[in-house]
Amino acid sequence: MKKSMKKLLSLGLAIAMAASLTACGSGKASEGTTAAGTDTKGEAQTTDAGGASGEGTFKIGGIGPISGSTAIYGQAVKNGAELAVEEINANGGINGTKIEFNFQDDENDTEKSVNAYNTLKDWGMQMLVGTVTSAPCIAVGAESTNDNMFQLTPSGSAVDCTKFENQFRVCFSDPNQGAASAQYIGENKLATKVAVIYDSSDVYSSGIHDKFISEAANQGIEITADEAFTADNNTNFSVQLQKAQDSGAELVFLPIYYSQAALILAQAKQMGYEPAFFGCDGLDGILTVENFDTALAENLMLLTPFAADAQDELTQKFVASFKEKYGETPNQFAADAYDAVYAVKAAAEKAGITADMDASAICDKLKTAMTEISINGLTGENMKWNADGEPDKAPKAIKIVNGAYTAM
Amino acid sequence: MEKSTAKKFHIDKTLRSNLITYSIVLAAFIIVQILISAGQISSLMKGLLVPLCIYSIMAISLNLTVGILGELSLGHAGFMCVGAFASSIFSISMMESIPNTGIRFFLAILVGAASAAAAGVVVGIPVLRLRGDYLAIVTLAFGEIIKNVVNVIYLGKDSAGFHFSMKNSMALNMAKDGTVILNGAQGITGTPKNSTFVIGVILTLITLLIVLNLINSRSGRAIMSVRDNRIAAESIGINITKYKLMAFTISASLAGVAGVLYSHNLSSLTATQKNFGYNQSIMILVFVVLGGIGNMRGSMIAAVLLTLLPELLRGLNAYRMLIYAIILIVMMIFNWSPKLIDFRKRYFHKNMAKKERV
Repeated sequence: MKKSMKKLLSLGLAIAMAASLTACGSGKASEGTTAAGTDTKGEAQTTDAGGASGEGTFKIGGIGPISGSTAIYGQAVKNGAELAVEEINANGGINGTKIEFNFQDDENDTEKSVNAYNTLKDWGMQMLVGTVTSAPCIAVGAESTNDNMFQLTPSGSAVDCTKFENQFRVCFSDPNQGAASAQYIGENKLATKVAVIYDSSDVYSSGIHDKFISEAANQGIEITADEAFTADNNTNFSVQLQKAQDSGAELVFLPIYYSQAALILAQAKQMGYEPAFFGCDGLDGILTVENFDTALAENLMLLTPFAADAQDELTQKFVASFKEKYGETPNQFAADAYDAVYAVKAAAEKAGITADMDASAICDKLKTAMTEISINGLTGENMKWNADGEPDKAPKAIKIVNGAYTAM
Repeated sequence: MEKSTAKKFHIDKTLRSNLITYSIVLAAFIIVQILISAGQISSLMKGLLVPLCIYSIMAISLNLTVGILGELSLGHAGFMCVGAFASSIFSISMMESIPNTGIRFFLAILVGAASAAAAGVVVGIPVLRLRGDYLAIVTLAFGEIIKNVVNVIYLGKDSAGFHFSMKNSMALNMAKDGTVILNGAQGITGTPKNSTFVIGVILTLITLLIVLNLINSRSGRAIMSVRDNRIAAESIGINITKYKLMAFTISASLAGVAGVLYSHNLSSLTATQKNFGYNQSIMILVFVVLGGIGNMRGSMIAAVLLTLLPELLRGLNAYRMLIYAIILIVMMIFNWSPKLIDFRKRYFHKNMAKKERV
């Protein structure tokens, strides 16, 4: 009895060790880019020191997962925001004042996110660009509204992410994405029989799904199969795909994240089922999945406000400098973050805030300034915000052709 | 000094040890309060105070199952989950009926504890028939089941009362004025932030009081006799099922209380692998093992240390979790390697011998 107990304990501990080691593994993967990040921070600080004329710097904080299963989003946001901060600093900063940027890890956990927020507060944060994921964003929102801290989330898409007056967002909200997808499919007559495969245990996925289903009826789309999976059984999709195939769906709507979508595409191919696939911005990043045959994603359509190969000058410049700095093609999250920093800059210039003001005074000014600005960003032209914190911009659909994102 | 008072008032060994445990909590509380009033404490630490209480309570309550009852439970976070969600639903739906936050939160704590205890009974009856490895695996499964069930429940409230569905929020068929309280995997948002450090410390003390008194009571001795020798205990007429279920249920309800604190500390509550999955259960087991199985004071201190550690290591950026794991390994070896225990004993005994001579 006692012996088996001991054995069990060692087993349990071995599991714990393994779990912490995997966490380390993902941490290590991001090491290269983080190192680059710290380098640039060092540079920024030295330039600050060089040009220090006693007027201080704006301290902007960022929060997102840079370890764990959603690390790719946090990393992208971190990189995108850092790039924007560097550019702004190189061009003289906000009204001549430089920006300091500090990004903290939250592992996509609400509790850790609040800890990260408090860490940034200790650092002296005046404005927050974050958080990256929805549930942490809601939790941090309750804190930031208490402190009256200006918060602009690049990618927190749940409705409650902009619940309070001090909160704004760059991306579309989940219901908006669902409705926009249904409208896009309906208006462009992509299909009339649609199957949906979604992750019922995920906020983002079920948020889009619910709105898509209710909007589909208005667009004359017939939902032939509505299949769910959860985070605990997200490796085998043959049942869901079989049902979609049997129901005769011409298009499969995937309001999910790219890692599962990559599996779905591969498994559909194995079954010999070849409908059109349509997704939302969560699919962005599918081409960078390790060991994923990009040929499988050929003709995949996704509704996202950013396409890396768009021909406008702003996007091309951003993609070129991003590639040069981080060695990869930026995804939508990086673009959202880049826009977020520029939106903060525009609002700050409009409001005429200075670095010696405290966070609460800055927030009061920025709240009104945000609704008055209009910026041409990567994720939309003439982006405007209303007092609810929602952005006003047109969604774009892109298609994967020859292994690259192409605007449709 | 302490020894002389002990002799004067005839304080026995267990009571003295228990008093030390309580006074550690009180001392920590007083020190923190002084630091707060002196403005010497960072926002990060302030934000961590309630989680520290939460994990201390979790560690103590799991130690009751693992250390006193002697059964390995790998699903303890599941009971925390039940307490968290039940109390959140209660608080949100009673927001208007009970405007007084103090009374509402007090009732919410009771609701959380009661529902977790109920879950403890339901899980305990089948699970406690098993022993050893089997029991551990089944508790692991139950913990996951609880988390998954919470993820498919949709609950809304409108003028006609509560609506319940397991499909999606549209299937609730609510009137226009209705609000969705529990929205499946999207969880609960807008739980009032009622948890404070003071309440956390009070609950930690109550938890300690319950557990330490239980251990030194007739029932506690019966529970430990079941742990030490089941057949002997049965032969002298101890109702094994009753005492096992009793310890398991108390442990579950205390975990429920920790859940109440958790849910009323953050405004968004979702059941994920990270907060209520087996990762969390194992983490709490690590607190218990590091602090000492059956040692309440130790597990409490281990919980505080291991919760603080990853936050204090934030300065290391990407290496944070790596260093954390290494420190964890070193601490485990330091605490439990026979060679080191031997070494510490020798050292400790030398000191003791010196003290006695003086």
